[in-house]
Amino acid sequence: MSKGVAIVGRRGFLKSGVTAAGALLVAFHLPVKSASVPAVVIDESAVGDQADEINAWIFISATGVITVRVAKAEMGQGVLTALPMIIADELEADWSMVRAEFASANRNYVQSGVYRDMATNSSTAIRVSMPYLQLAGAEARQKLIKAAAEKWQVSVDACYAEYGKVYHRPDGRWFSYGTLACLAAELSVANVRIKTPDQFSLMGLPTKRLDTPAKVNGSAVFGMDVRLDGMLYAAIIHSPVEGGVVRNVLFNAIRNMPGVVQMVRLESSVAVVAKTFWEAKVASEKLPVTWRIGDQANSYSDALRDQYIATLDSPGVIVSEQGETTAALDSAETVIQSDYFLPYLAHAAMEPLNCTVRITAARLDLWAGVQNADAALAAAAQASGIRPENVYIHNCFLGGGFGRRANMDFVSEAVTVAKAVGKPVQLIWTREQDMRSGRYRPMAAIRFQVGVDLKNTVVAYTNHSVSHSILKDLGAPLRNGIDPTSVEGLANMPYLISHKKIAHTIKNTHLTSWFWRSVGNSQNAFAMECFVDEMAEATKLDPMAFRKLYLAHRPDLLKVLNVLEQKSQWRHNPAAGRAKGMAIHACFGTIVGQVAEVSISSDGGLMVHKFTSVVDCGHVVNPLSAEMQIESGIIYGLTAALFGKISIENGEVVEGNFDTYSMLKLRETPLMETFFMPADSDRWGGLGEPGLPCVAPAVANAIYKLTKRRIRSLPIADYFLQPV
Amino acid sequence: MFRLNINAVDYDLDIDPDTPLLWVLRDHLDMTGTKYGCGINQCGACTVQINGKPVRSCQVAAGKILKQRIVTIEGLSVDSSHVVQAAWVEADVPQCGYCQSGQIMAAAALLDRIPDPSDEDIDRAMNNICRCGTYQRIRKGIHLAAAKLAEKAS
Repeated sequence: MSKGVAIVGRRGFLKSGVTAAGALLVAFHLPVKSASVPAVVIDESAVGDQADEINAWIFISATGVITVRVAKAEMGQGVLTALPMIIADELEADWSMVRAEFASANRNYVQSGVYRDMATNSSTAIRVSMPYLQLAGAEARQKLIKAAAEKWQVSVDACYAEYGKVYHRPDGRWFSYGTLACLAAELSVANVRIKTPDQFSLMGLPTKRLDTPAKVNGSAVFGMDVRLDGMLYAAIIHSPVEGGVVRNVLFNAIRNMPGVVQMVRLESSVAVVAKTFWEAKVASEKLPVTWRIGDQANSYSDALRDQYIATLDSPGVIVSEQGETTAALDSAETVIQSDYFLPYLAHAAMEPLNCTVRITAARLDLWAGVQNADAALAAAAQASGIRPENVYIHNCFLGGGFGRRANMDFVSEAVTVAKAVGKPVQLIWTREQDMRSGRYRPMAAIRFQVGVDLKNTVVAYTNHSVSHSILKDLGAPLRNGIDPTSVEGLANMPYLISHKKIAHTIKNTHLTSWFWRSVGNSQNAFAMECFVDEMAEATKLDPMAFRKLYLAHRPDLLKVLNVLEQKSQWRHNPAAGRAKGMAIHACFGTIVGQVAEVSISSDGGLMVHKFTSVVDCGHVVNPLSAEMQIESGIIYGLTAALFGKISIENGEVVEGNFDTYSMLKLRETPLMETFFMPADSDRWGGLGEPGLPCVAPAVANAIYKLTKRRIRSLPIADYFLQPV
Repeated sequence: MFRLNINAVDYDLDIDPDTPLLWVLRDHLDMTGTKYGCGINQCGACTVQINGKPVRSCQVAAGKILKQRIVTIEGLSVDSSHVVQAAWVEADVPQCGYCQSGQIMAAAALLDRIPDPSDEDIDRAMNNICRCGTYQRIRKGIHLAAAKLAEKAS
């Protein structure tokens, strides 16, 4: 059932063998991609099995191999396995016969959204695709049953499907799916019915990922691994200050360097094209470029931080108001106020941005790992002038996405360069370009002010946040002057306080912000859940007890808190020198509660020993990848909490590589235990992002217990911590 | 012209000997299993083995490793049967997978040196970056591979 299976490979359109420039093979020839391992550029655009397919999602060969098209990006989250599981379950397929391939964005365009929305973001791949994938699988099953019934000349009611075969109930004779596929493809069925969760046979079982075999032997093809005949490589130099434009560039200075072919000058960047990427990179670093840069050059992150915090004193735009907050604050016995601050962050996916483009007379082929193949198609069509129906996006594995690969800046740029060169080009951003020309998680300052009465009850709550708006950068419409992504987790804060006022101010800088794993929740849950611990202290309650009391009206959150209390052994003292901190947050349809256990050495060294997570996402398709996603969110969130900061000096981003933008390593990895609540509704919650928001506040709250010092800005590495 | 021995095959290369091994592998020999992540000896995505030792191939000039035994992920085994690869599948280590060639090459070199590494040995040896956060499973995978080695030996 859960056996890892090979993925169908069709690499015919890629360069075969070893023929690269300058390499001369001697001795025997060892193929780069051994025939014994599954090759894995898998995409429908290069195939064309549409004639005999059961529907757009499913093709079954005469030998019974089932190819399922996946219309979402595989960036590590496991959709290449989970989405076929949804279809296979409805299809009553033999899972060992299932293969996955990326659906064609070209077909999605030409056939008016046959694959719906190919965007892979907001933890939606399962929770949004679920109904239509179930329908696709169920329709295919009913077509196969109908085909068998026609062959036997019996009623469809006398037939049923199970494990890759259609059986005739009265006498037990059967046809395998492979022998029915051709006929089934010609039939149509009505009244397609999907299963109820109690009927699932595959969903809910821990299932090996289909992409693992290719990811342990180097054969998985990421965007940067694409090789085309006659392909050149490009390195790109962007303006060191965002918004700057090229003033002057002296190509003659590098024209004769090894491998250099040409330069392509764009408005705010210059691409150097060479026979290999190394040659392009070396030459690009020697290229004399001057830039026209405006007032942005006077931008410094320390000053921006001061401006953000000063803006907290202004009233802001009211997001929501309930009761008489001002009067309630005035009559409160004590008022506590705290300001929180979060810096810009880079995505820093392991695979730096890259894109490969081949343009022929009237057709454009593009290879890249993108989180939105539809958007890549539109961007490529616009940048090239080629009609969208002639644009083919070959989605590759993504070496991490985290939101960054949903932005098409690098796609448009590569298309423009390839068009100017007139030959296939692979454009690669160096790590430094990837980090310094990023699209950043917004910077934010967040203030809370609450009033506590004589009975130690929180009676008034105000919150004002100032943050860089992603939607404003996009030119997208705001809602009553508010970017909803900026206040997620604040506008809908769940704690019951009778008088409350929530306000927000948009304040953008010259940088461009973008969606970063868990978006606004990533900064807001930190501030919110740290401040909840401050409120607990002000009301003389344990952090767990405070949350239970002020969330008494939220049985969904209470349920998670109760399990978290038990699984984390909240009431038990941890080992000497350690402390526990907690947080709870709901986003993307999923509730996550977490407890971190930390210690601090006498020289200030912080160690996070353990993370206990309780997750209520409702139903789970693949418990294996679900658990992996929570672990992934913890490490990504912990890295940001401990080290993450993008700084600006003279308008330039300071951090450029992993020496200055530090990453958590294996030796700093806590033990992670994850518990999933049993599903008690029809909900399918997201999992790619919800594991992240609680991480920073849980750690900060634990640090407070050891140091009596509130962590109110990130990263934690900026603090010198001393246990008391 | 110089000659490199990679995965037991000799390659004669007529290129700048200062070219880092990483880019010889990727751009000249199309061995794309070895990845570019940082270029400055920080992330380990480009880890290969030279004479059995884990080496960051972005830091090694190709002309300086003549007559050395270079092994990349493509040459670790012909059929993904190396104990580390088998353990990686069993422990479900990879997520996006981009760093895993380097992780596997580093882990295989560790096990060559210490067949039954402690957690501290693993902490010391494995300093490659993984942005997906597969570290807990990498640790599990290495212990699993060590168990497989012990099983083979007995």
